Amino acid sequence: MLEDTIAAISTPPGEGGIGIVRMSGSAAEAIGLATFNFASRVDKPITHHLYYGHVINPINGKIIDEALISFMRAPHTFTREDVVEVNCHGGILPLTKTLEIILAQGARMATPGEFTQRAFLNGRIDLAQAEAVIQVIRAKTDIAMELGVKQLVGQLSREVSAIRKPLLTILAHVEASIDYPEHQDVEELARDEILRVSILCLDKINTLVATADKGRILREGIRTAIVGSPNVGKSSLLNVLLGQQRAIVTDIPGTTRDVLEESLNVGGVALTIVDTAGIRDTADEIERMGVERSRQALADADLILYVLDVTEEWVPDNEIMRAIGAKPCIIIANKVDLLLSVDILTTLSQTVAPKPLVAMSATEMLGLTDLEEAIIQQVFSGSVRAEESIMVTSTRHKNALLRTHTALSDVQDAINLGYAVDLIAIDLHSALEALGEITGENIGPDLVEEIFSNFCIGK
Amino acid sequence: MTYFAGEYDVIVIGAGHAGCEASLASARLGCKTLLLTLNLEAIALMPCNPAIGGPAKGHLVREVDALGGQMARTIDQARIQIRMLNTAKGPAVHALRAQADKNLYQWEMRRTLENTANLDLRQAMVEQLKVKAGKVQGIVTRTGALYRAHAVVITTGTYLKGRIIIGSLHYQGGPNGQLASTKLSSNLKQVGLDLRRFKTGTPARIHRDSIDFSKTVIQPGDEENFPFSFAGTPTQRKQVPCWLTHTTAETHRIIHANLHRSPLYAGDIQGIGPRYCPSIEDKVVRFKDRPTHQVFLEPEGYDSAEYYVQGMSTSLPEDVQVAMLKSIPGLENVKMMRPGYAIEYDCLDPLQLQPTLESKVIEGLFSAGQINGSSGYEEAAAQGLVAGINAAHVVQEQAPILVDRSMAYIGVLIDDLVTKGTLEPYRMMTSRAEYRLLLRQDNADERLTPLGYELGLIDEARYQSFLTKRTDVAAERTRLEKITLSPSEQVNKMLTSFASQPLKAAVAASQLLKRPELSYANILQLAGETSPLSSLVTNQVEIQVKYQGYIEKQQLQIEKYKKMENRIIPEELSYSELEGLSREAAEKLAKIKPRSLGQASRISGVSPADIAVLLVYLEQRRRRGGIVHVG
Ligand SMILES: Nc1nc2c(ncn2[C@@H]2O[C@H](COP(=O)(O)OP(=O)(O)OP(=O)(O)O)[C@@H](O)[C@H]2O)c(=O)[nH]1
Ligand SMILES: [Mg+2]
Repeated sequence: MLEDTIAAISTPPGEGGIGIVRMSGSAAEAIGLATFNFASRVDKPITHHLYYGHVINPINGKIIDEALISFMRAPHTFTREDVVEVNCHGGILPLTKTLEIILAQGARMATPGEFTQRAFLNGRIDLAQAEAVIQVIRAKTDIAMELGVKQLVGQLSREVSAIRKPLLTILAHVEASIDYPEHQDVEELARDEILRVSILCLDKINTLVATADKGRILREGIRTAIVGSPNVGKSSLLNVLLGQQRAIVTDIPGTTRDVLEESLNVGGVALTIVDTAGIRDTADEIERMGVERSRQALADADLILYVLDVTEEWVPDNEIMRAIGAKPCIIIANKVDLLLSVDILTTLSQTVAPKPLVAMSATEMLGLTDLEEAIIQQVFSGSVRAEESIMVTSTRHKNALLRTHTALSDVQDAINLGYAVDLIAIDLHSALEALGEITGENIGPDLVEEIFSNFCIGK
Repeated sequence: MTYFAGEYDVIVIGAGHAGCEASLASARLGCKTLLLTLNLEAIALMPCNPAIGGPAKGHLVREVDALGGQMARTIDQARIQIRMLNTAKGPAVHALRAQADKNLYQWEMRRTLENTANLDLRQAMVEQLKVKAGKVQGIVTRTGALYRAHAVVITTGTYLKGRIIIGSLHYQGGPNGQLASTKLSSNLKQVGLDLRRFKTGTPARIHRDSIDFSKTVIQPGDEENFPFSFAGTPTQRKQVPCWLTHTTAETHRIIHANLHRSPLYAGDIQGIGPRYCPSIEDKVVRFKDRPTHQVFLEPEGYDSAEYYVQGMSTSLPEDVQVAMLKSIPGLENVKMMRPGYAIEYDCLDPLQLQPTLESKVIEGLFSAGQINGSSGYEEAAAQGLVAGINAAHVVQEQAPILVDRSMAYIGVLIDDLVTKGTLEPYRMMTSRAEYRLLLRQDNADERLTPLGYELGLIDEARYQSFLTKRTDVAAERTRLEKITLSPSEQVNKMLTSFASQPLKAAVAASQLLKRPELSYANILQLAGETSPLSSLVTNQVEIQVKYQGYIEKQQLQIEKYKKMENRIIPEELSYSELEGLSREAAEKLAKIKPRSLGQASRISGVSPADIAVLLVYLEQRRRRGGIVHVG
């Protein structure tokens, strides 16, 4: 457990526009060398020295990002193990890609607080700091668990369960035939059937992995909510930011009746942006449900874009203001194209200070750059922090899916090579174990239950 | 009135499969040992099926033997049929099973016990444990005999407060018409142990001459005389077949019509029965769509006329049992000799045990077998052996032995029991062993015989022959690596005849052996070589070479596992004071007191974060300890 090589993104993405992927462990240097193209020839990198070059995918040689890399050899490192740090420039996407490649090369995703933990265990941090280490582990895990719970009810876990179930059933069948060789109930499962199920599951996993990249932005981007009263131009704002007509825009207040989620990239920062129904009391049942979901989106958001209509007198909505609290927020004074005098903007900006005010027109595309700048400002100033663990969780998931994929491919190979069923069972076990890491389920008890509920065996 | 009756190093209570192994191990390790049984005629009784072995269970028997236990040697003397099961399913799950002559088995075991030095065998009902200051002192029998001992092993099987149930009839009793042990279990409670109630059952026995075998299908044994024991091949004797028949629509109708008379459905049984061995009434109710269930008729011995009706375990009233049996093809005129029954009994919550099978509550007290919540003769024997060894080691002030999950099914069995506990009688299954490919029945000696030798349970001759086998295997592997086969016309012709792809380039013989369709014999033929080696050796070579990839994968997993097992948690650690543990984890850890971080990680409710917290604390402790020493 302690000696394997761990990796994680160690700076909250967005800070300063540079993110660091850090590795620690005996394989760190080898993995670093395999995934990096030095700009000039380097045979053996000097320890604690920065090198310029590109992160590459060693499988196909594709360049991922321009980056700086440093190799720090034990014991003079934070963890007292070999440490490698890759400094990427391009924002969240290349950063996660880099991490993925490093994981594919054999590093393991670090658990929350694990670098610090290793530093402690290897004697780098003194006793007084130990309590702090535990708090870090605990706190981060609580967040991760909260997220885990969210994901449990989510789409991903449903999909994973749909893959897990048939696999568990065939494994139970195989195991039952091994443990009860003479039972007619459990005649040996035809290899064709195992093959069929594993191909089916592989397909599903491929689809999941393919959507994982998109899904990751969705899950991992900075959650941004567009809120405001009805008809102020929230959907129009979403559409201009996306550069496409995604949300329906009409002059009827209450057009948007449900929460709409999209992802986009602003200056290298991934946003998961949610257009909400205008928050107001309404008798319309459907709209009311939408309003409820808007409140939720508001509560969940990391960054809030509060839109107001400059042609109307602005009374801050108490409920929204409360929900915003100390969260980073940009006030958007929309429809400035209809404005005859800019005085009102000056007044407004004084009213909302210290929150930044951006004047813009969604229909005329005015002030768009100002808005982007304001967003980046908020993110890079550190007031918006994408939670590290959000990223961890889903990259971990993708990784688990890839391991399931490998195991299922091994199942197919074993079948095609005519291997005995006990070997096939080993790979099926591995596949289920990897899936279990996503859903948090253990196979042991489930398998025994599955065997005895499906097969009628006894003395 | 009690009187002082003697002093022993180790006392074993109960002479079932666990008790026999425990007492033999203890005596063979030089401890003065007393084995007490309710009835000298019931030593090593097989009150249920007349068979030993099968998947996972057969593995256990081989391991017991490799470590120096008795069961394999005795069944090799008392078997009336032997089969190697799962031969088409890969080497990891090949499994030996023997049909036993029950009487012969008992007599062979009794003879062994009676002729073992340091071992006294006595008939007595134990009623009391003597415990002082948390340490076991001895026992008291119903007749007032007080025996002192340094260690006591309880192996009471299903006898503690045993209660037999047949329909609405129930009475106190042990299995097969034996007495129940009535007072000991309340005494165990008094001394601070947690008891619970489990249930199991057995089918009826019928007379051979009342069976129309022509309506059943013969199930013969194997030709080959596979031994259970690594000590050598037993003399081949006449094999006796089993017979297969099945339940009918009429059987199921009878069961449904009488369900209201079943104690299970009437709520008369409180004990928790195992899912894996449901009674026939359970099966018929739970699997409604199944038109028939298999029924195996198994002889109980060479001379006995009794046949065991496997698949028909029941606690329905006797008249229903007879009617049920008569509805089965071949049993139309059946004469039932004993009815089936359910039995409820007291057992311990195994979470109170250390992985050495010593109690965490009472020093010097061990337990093994069904009292620990397991089921099966083989599971009992495996625990008995470990408990016996460790009881002896307590007396001799030696370090206990720990068999872990990577070493043996024995380790999986014990770790599951003491770490996860069990809510039903625990049966060993191959799917419970995560390193199954390495825990094969063919290499149990490789895994355990060095330990058995070191302990003194394996004699010199057997150890030498083990060493020779090991050297031969290694030498033969090296030889195969050095033999090169070139794509000659002759070789390729032969390959084609073996339904294998012709060669394109020269390749090492060991490499070619990896092809699933080619056997070791094929490879020798291709190479134009012969080998004087025994099949025991060549079989090892073949498995090791063929499955190398998988074996290495599992070995890597084991390395990881070992690292965690080797991180020992000090016993006195106070979990409630550890900040950062989840509440559930702290409670479970405090209760189970895991020995190592690895064991802790297998406790349900203990998350990876809890383990990380523990790691940090352990390190913190270690360093504090260091400071104290320096200061
Ligand atoms: N002139 C002008 N009109 C705008 C601007 N932004 C939005 N509008 C108009 O305002 C109306 C409402 O726009 P939406 O984007 O649907 O507003 P919303 O806040 O999403 O409204 P609900 O969905 O009802 O909550 C539409 O007729 C838009 O064309 C702007 O910057 N200038
Ligand atoms: Mg809208």
